[in-house]
Amino acid sequence: MTEFFNDWGITALVFLPLVGALLMMLVPAKDEELHKTIALGTTVITGVLGGFMLWDFWGMGKANWSTLQYVQDRTWIDVINARYFVGIDGISAPLIALTLLVVPLVLIYSWNHIPNPGNAKMFLILILVLHTGMLGSFVAQDLVLFFVFFEVVLLPMYFMIGVWGGEQRLYAAIKFFLFTLFGSALMLVSFLALYWVTGGTTFSIPGLADQVAAGDIALGTQVAIFGGMFLGFGIKVPMFPFHTWLPDAHTQAPTQGSVILAAVLLKLGTYGFVRIAIPILPEAAVEWAPWIGLLAVIGIIYGALGCLAQTDMKRLIAFSSVAHMGYVMLGIATLTPFGINAAIFGMVAHGLITGMLFFIAGSVKDRFHTLEIKRLGGLLVQAPKMGWILGFCTMASLGLPGLAGFWGEFPAILAAYSPAEGISTTLFRVYMVIAALGTVLAAGYLLWLLQRTAFGTPSEEFADDPEIVDMHASEWIAWLPLLVLIVFFGFLPGIIFDLTDGTVVDRLGSLVAEGSP
Amino acid sequence: MLLAAGASETFTPESWFFDNAWTIPALPCAAFILILLFGKRLPYKGAEIGIASVVTALGLAILTTGAWVGEYESHQGSHSAEAVTQDVELAQDTDSFEIAADAGEGGEGHVKAEPVVRKLDWLSSNGKSFGIGTLVDGQSVMMLLVVTFISTLVHVYSTDYVHGDRRFTHYFAFLSLFTSAMLFMVLSATTLQLIVGWELVGVCSFVLIGHWWEEKANSDAAMKAFLTNRVGDIGLLIGMTILFFAAGNTFDILDINDAAINGEIAHSTLTWASICLMAAVMSKSGQFILHTWLPDAMAGPTPVSALIHAATMVVAGVYMVGRLYPVFWDGMSIAGSSINLMALIGGITCVFGGALAFVQRDIKKVLAYSTVSQLGYMVMALGVGAWTAAMFHLFTHAFFKACLFLGAGSVSHACHHSFDMKADMGGLRKYMPTTHKTFLIASGALAGIPPLAGFWSKDEILAGTGGWPGTNGNGTYYIIFAMGMLTAAMTAAYMARTIWLTFYGDYRGHEEPHESGKRITVPLMILAFLAVVAGFFNMPSQWVGDGLGLKFEQWVEPAGTRLPGNFTHAKPSISLAIVASLLAVAAGAFVWNYYKKLYAKDPKATEYTDGLASRMPLAASAHKVLEEKYYLDHLYTDTIAAGTKGPLARAAYWFNQNILDGIVDGAGKGSVGLGRFIYKYIDQGTIDATVNQTAAGAGQSGGILRRVQSGKIRQYATLMFGAAAVLVAIFMAAV
Repeated sequence: MTEFFNDWGITALVFLPLVGALLMMLVPAKDEELHKTIALGTTVITGVLGGFMLWDFWGMGKANWSTLQYVQDRTWIDVINARYFVGIDGISAPLIALTLLVVPLVLIYSWNHIPNPGNAKMFLILILVLHTGMLGSFVAQDLVLFFVFFEVVLLPMYFMIGVWGGEQRLYAAIKFFLFTLFGSALMLVSFLALYWVTGGTTFSIPGLADQVAAGDIALGTQVAIFGGMFLGFGIKVPMFPFHTWLPDAHTQAPTQGSVILAAVLLKLGTYGFVRIAIPILPEAAVEWAPWIGLLAVIGIIYGALGCLAQTDMKRLIAFSSVAHMGYVMLGIATLTPFGINAAIFGMVAHGLITGMLFFIAGSVKDRFHTLEIKRLGGLLVQAPKMGWILGFCTMASLGLPGLAGFWGEFPAILAAYSPAEGISTTLFRVYMVIAALGTVLAAGYLLWLLQRTAFGTPSEEFADDPEIVDMHASEWIAWLPLLVLIVFFGFLPGIIFDLTDGTVVDRLGSLVAEGSP
Repeated sequence: MLLAAGASETFTPESWFFDNAWTIPALPCAAFILILLFGKRLPYKGAEIGIASVVTALGLAILTTGAWVGEYESHQGSHSAEAVTQDVELAQDTDSFEIAADAGEGGEGHVKAEPVVRKLDWLSSNGKSFGIGTLVDGQSVMMLLVVTFISTLVHVYSTDYVHGDRRFTHYFAFLSLFTSAMLFMVLSATTLQLIVGWELVGVCSFVLIGHWWEEKANSDAAMKAFLTNRVGDIGLLIGMTILFFAAGNTFDILDINDAAINGEIAHSTLTWASICLMAAVMSKSGQFILHTWLPDAMAGPTPVSALIHAATMVVAGVYMVGRLYPVFWDGMSIAGSSINLMALIGGITCVFGGALAFVQRDIKKVLAYSTVSQLGYMVMALGVGAWTAAMFHLFTHAFFKACLFLGAGSVSHACHHSFDMKADMGGLRKYMPTTHKTFLIASGALAGIPPLAGFWSKDEILAGTGGWPGTNGNGTYYIIFAMGMLTAAMTAAYMARTIWLTFYGDYRGHEEPHESGKRITVPLMILAFLAVVAGFFNMPSQWVGDGLGLKFEQWVEPAGTRLPGNFTHAKPSISLAIVASLLAVAAGAFVWNYYKKLYAKDPKATEYTDGLASRMPLAASAHKVLEEKYYLDHLYTDTIAAGTKGPLARAAYWFNQNILDGIVDGAGKGSVGLGRFIYKYIDQGTIDATVNQTAAGAGQSGGILRRVQSGKIRQYATLMFGAAAVLVAIFMAAV
């Protein structure tokens, strides 16, 4: 089957959503049902195709996962040696799977949750464009191609927040846009610098890695180039102190936007570190690691404190992303296989769990027309099933072992005890303790949220509100796969660890010490 | 030489049950899922699934125990082929050979069983796999039996106790999960798995403590339990991390222990690891100063309290120390010492916890503090090197403490769901003869009255401190010994008070109380029976002969090679046993008389005003300190938690909104200002007026952020490109 997919599989996968979007352009806007069907159909077909490819990929076995598969490497912009170079390996496979899963679920949820001011056509087209952008970013093996897909993601999300968002949507949208653009501009400068210092022959990621490894580029230059990427990716993650766009974007975005943002978009940043910055510039990564680690642990504590200060449920969940992505970045900063494997696991887990939390927040908002925590309460009485799902997701989010969240968190903490050679062990052990302290704060703000929204009795305001009902069918269908996967990966973390391990070890190259975990 | 060192002989036990021990936690886990899915539609609302699974698990645990004991006994006195092979292997390594020979003391002539490990790969990193599996040895078999047994009785008892509860099905589902999580933890072959089980136990207790979450007090108690445990978990995570790297990148419990025994890990590393793990023990096993969640956890249904206190949850910490004993042995410098952190924490906990039990008027809280105190006893025993005594106390304590909690539940059932001994109880012996008798027996066992179960285990611990002449413990822990004796006296005293207030004197509540039904009294009788006989499993051989003595030690204690090289057993002392028992009896009798006299004046008084506290200022202030629980709750809740949640979180958020965001917004506004400046003075002056007209949208007064709210797509576009242009300009300048 591998042969079968080899020449067209990835291209079809990436551009199928765009085909669906073009098709929808031809359908009049008032035919909403048809739009929903086309959009969902497209993503399901994409998902099935991707599913087959990933199944085939899985079947190749451990030994082949670290090699790029289904590679297409064609001439694209010859004048700057940028190529259409795509492929899938163990690092990208879990994130592609996550994207392929989350987008259809978002569309199912959209079936009866098109946010104000309506216009399903445009809304769904934007989601499809996003889909292409996200998939493209995860398969691109050429920096220019990656940059293009990375930017493709930006506009649809800008419009989703700016048009379908909450009251302060415009402020949030522009902040999101400018912040990210700022980062990507620096990133582009870094890409270009990298291109020139390596002799201006290629933008291919593996090619650049080889050239940097073989060449004798001054460490200072490498560090500067890494710095640009650090800002670009760090803003997307987002890392403290570049995170302030995130709470606003999340709070104002429609539920679908928040879910996609949390589940996939943030991972573009962390993915950038793992795929591009560290493999190409391992020596600079060692120099930057203490700073990345520092910002990561500040993010953990700071995000948690931010959560404790929130009065709005959605904003609280948004701040929790800052803390959770802190663990991912801590794992990455260790530059050890265990840390980075954990980071990739953490990306998937955070996607599933925080995506679910945003879904729940959206549904709570639909029913109560507010997310102000002090007005809520007794969700377990009025909507018991949703209440338990919220309880389950808070437990998953606080990193309970046996659920997915734990496997991104604990191994990252563990890896910080013994970071890669050349990085101060003492410093990272301090980080480890701070990160471990963050688990207590995480439990604090999440359980506090649960207590104030789900426990207790409903407030008088909502006690007899007929709009407050338990789960809808579309919610069940959209949420169940996420809930099942949270448990599944909680008990069988090996699936993702095995998948990523070989590739991570391979891409880290000289950073990996013999016998270290 | 080989034969002379018979003590070091081991054999590998074999049985289907050891290979398939995973079925025991799997059963209640399956029950959890089935109850959630189908429970509500069944005639007994899911209780039948829970009971069926836990009874089957109990059956399997009994068979596993039987197989373990059978294997052990069948290898005694004969040199099996395996034992000889084992010896040869050991003999190749002279060091461990000598260590093993030394460790055999107390088990001379016995062939010990090797642990049985069955593992699967769980996850891998850098090509190295980390496993999940089962570790069957005496310690885990003993716990399997205790957990499934207590859980079975709690299940049966609960069908009556929570009958008609609004979340009956849900209650049984989580009872099953709780049992499953504890069994999973007990069987852990790796520390990673132990962490998972450890925290799953915690979350189940959260759900069950907060079972009646409509009331804020209950959900507060649940949160407190979870968060306090989370604080200790920092220590667990870090401690296990240290051990992982110290033992050569492994989570395997046996490998870690071997590395600690063979001196492959530096003493200072082990000290750090054991200090961190001690924090986890303090929170999980309710050790001073992280014990404060335990009494509050009484907010949950009483059978849950019985389960938490007897078999699941709180003994997890003690169990973990027992599991990784070589780590603590070296890390805490247990041998040959007279004080160490673990023993001290245990000693302080048993005294301070016991003192708090005196001032409670809620019968469940008395028992809760009594658990704190007894857990302190176990930790103290581990701290002075009395491994077997600690495990034995865990074993006997499970029965009598479960009996006491279930008895308290029965009493409350009769007294209209009150737990207030002073206001609603008294004289209940007339109304509830079965509950009274079983409670009396269990209290006697707890107080260490011979020949009840608690006497034997407590006596072993006291001997184990080495503080009494002729006991020859692993060290000479005089201070710890004194704390143990004091606690023994205090335990008898507060239990005498409890029994008096509950069952003697006149009934002070309203309406006639009644004895509970069979589903409540039968478990009580079974547990009371065990509170009598459980102690006979480890009577000193010196007193009862080899045939009867030290069975528990032989079955449960690991093989000598699995224990630290200089581990020894203390010798029992008849004089110590007599003195400790007399002390307990005297303390109990003294308090008994005190209350008898006090209530003789006014048998119906629900508050007595002329107690000790009202007559002595010193006693009054002591009483006040105890009532305020040493002010620890004020420190945690009002200072630490509220401080984090309030000022600290608000300050961080203020910083976020005003400083960080201020910079961002300032940068945005600055760019806009710059753009406006360029527009006004450069662009305007040189470019056609019609162009100005179109571009004016982005440039005019009020700033971009307010301006864009007019909501026109074209303006966004203008704005976006404008912003992008500014940024590009900045970079051009910067590069």
